[in-house]
Amino acid sequence: MKIIMQQIAVISCAITIPLIAACATPTVDKHSRNLAASCAACHGTNGRSNGGPPVLAGLEKSYFITQMMSMKSGTRPTTVMGKHAKGYSDEEIAMLADFYSAQKP
Amino acid sequence: MSFNRREFLKLSSAGIIIGSFPCIAFASNELIPKKGQRVVVVGGGFGGATAAKYLRMWSNNKIEVVLVERNSVFISCPMSNTVLGGTRTIADLTQNYDTLKSKYGVNLVQVEVTAIDPEKKTVMLANGHLTYDRLIISPGIDFMFDKVEGLSAKVTDESIPHAWKAGAQTTMLRKQLEAMPDGGTFVMSIPAAPYRCPPGPYERSCQVASYLKTNKPKSKVIILDANPDITSKKGLFTAAWKELYPGMVEYRNSSNVIQVDAGTKTVKTEVDSIKADVLNIIPPMKAGAVANMAGVVGADGRWCAVDFLSYESKVHKNIHVIGDAVSAALPKSGHMATAQAKICAAAVIEMLSGNPPDQNPTVSNTCYSMVSNNEAVHVANVFRFNAEKQAMVSTDGGGVSASRSELEGTYAGFWLKNIMSDVLL
Repeated sequence: MKIIMQQIAVISCAITIPLIAACATPTVDKHSRNLAASCAACHGTNGRSNGGPPVLAGLEKSYFITQMMSMKSGTRPTTVMGKHAKGYSDEEIAMLADFYSAQKP
Repeated sequence: MSFNRREFLKLSSAGIIIGSFPCIAFASNELIPKKGQRVVVVGGGFGGATAAKYLRMWSNNKIEVVLVERNSVFISCPMSNTVLGGTRTIADLTQNYDTLKSKYGVNLVQVEVTAIDPEKKTVMLANGHLTYDRLIISPGIDFMFDKVEGLSAKVTDESIPHAWKAGAQTTMLRKQLEAMPDGGTFVMSIPAAPYRCPPGPYERSCQVASYLKTNKPKSKVIILDANPDITSKKGLFTAAWKELYPGMVEYRNSSNVIQVDAGTKTVKTEVDSIKADVLNIIPPMKAGAVANMAGVVGADGRWCAVDFLSYESKVHKNIHVIGDAVSAALPKSGHMATAQAKICAAAVIEMLSGNPPDQNPTVSNTCYSMVSNNEAVHVANVFRFNAEKQAMVSTDGGGVSASRSELEGTYAGFWLKNIMSDVLL
């Protein structure tokens, strides 16, 4: 009986470890995720754009920050994005960069 | 499993009566057996469909979501004015709900809600009921037909379309324009704010003028605006009228429509009477009827007061309201509805785990208006939660286009593609 229980335990572990691995996701900072959520209307769910506005998913963090800051200051000319960039603080822009750099394109 | 209206009628005619009184309906079946935590979402428009998808996504599919929507497909009202201008058809704006079901595991029930019991946390439907842990309603708007003598749902379906819910009425209005003689008059009325989509009527005037200029150039557009002034993107719309459609568009402010004669297409304001060839009355609006069923409409009888951290109703706990139905200084736009839906979904997930919602919600809104076949203008703003005011407040830095452009016209097309994908795919 003991041997069978040990076998069952081993089999259970063998099943659950892959399941846990499959379910495990990197910890998402929920506030960053929530901040980024309304960008999806133009940039697609999780920044996976379907055309037009650029794909944000997987963008390198420092590139994202540089572009947003230059749109915020007006150095990079924009039609629409400057108004959005101006609405977020520098800290929020860094959080958005964090979020998008972690998304799969 | 899902019932549709046809199956319900079959059951009814077989003698199985399902009443809409709560006591009778409560004896009816739980439409889908409830296993774990469940959120019922009523309304599958920009707000509700987004809430359903994001509840599933952000809860890692742990929360059961039932989406109740009476229509079989989603039709985008944003950009539907281009059907009047001629660059799109309603088919171009239509998408089914299949992916919400297959990819996100949303349960879709295509039926009308008949009653809501906030105490029993139950939604009554024509063919059963659904109990919930939390309810999100995104009921959109309904019209206050009693404010315009001679107007009714039947009249708008048959001869004087509002076309303010995209679909059959939009197509009908386009056909009426096609049938109008050259030299005819298109008369459109705009209700006093707040109403769904502030720039929408002015965009419509441009789309209609664009069609008429090419096809019936002697025709005229008359705007009867109940508001004291153009409510959105004023400089951009007046420039479009002047430069693209000179001599065609007549704008009358502070003109409140009080009566309509459907037979003669005559419209009366407090001071004037105008006979139209094509008449488009956009009636005053209020929260969709489901909000009344839920008992969450405010003292004004029109809109629903909510907590802006979660969109939970100030009247009933466990009921959340999103989209046009919300009483707020936020624009009543499709984009805003999707943004609210996401804040609400995130909050509901936290609250179902006994946690507080995100204390600093921030949303952005971009709204494009097509002023011709290929040029657009926009307004864009970021809004953030102000704890002192307990309201969402516009941040500095937002505003409108410097001028119309074809570039913005292409952006508007991409906005539509991406937002519909974000909502439904």
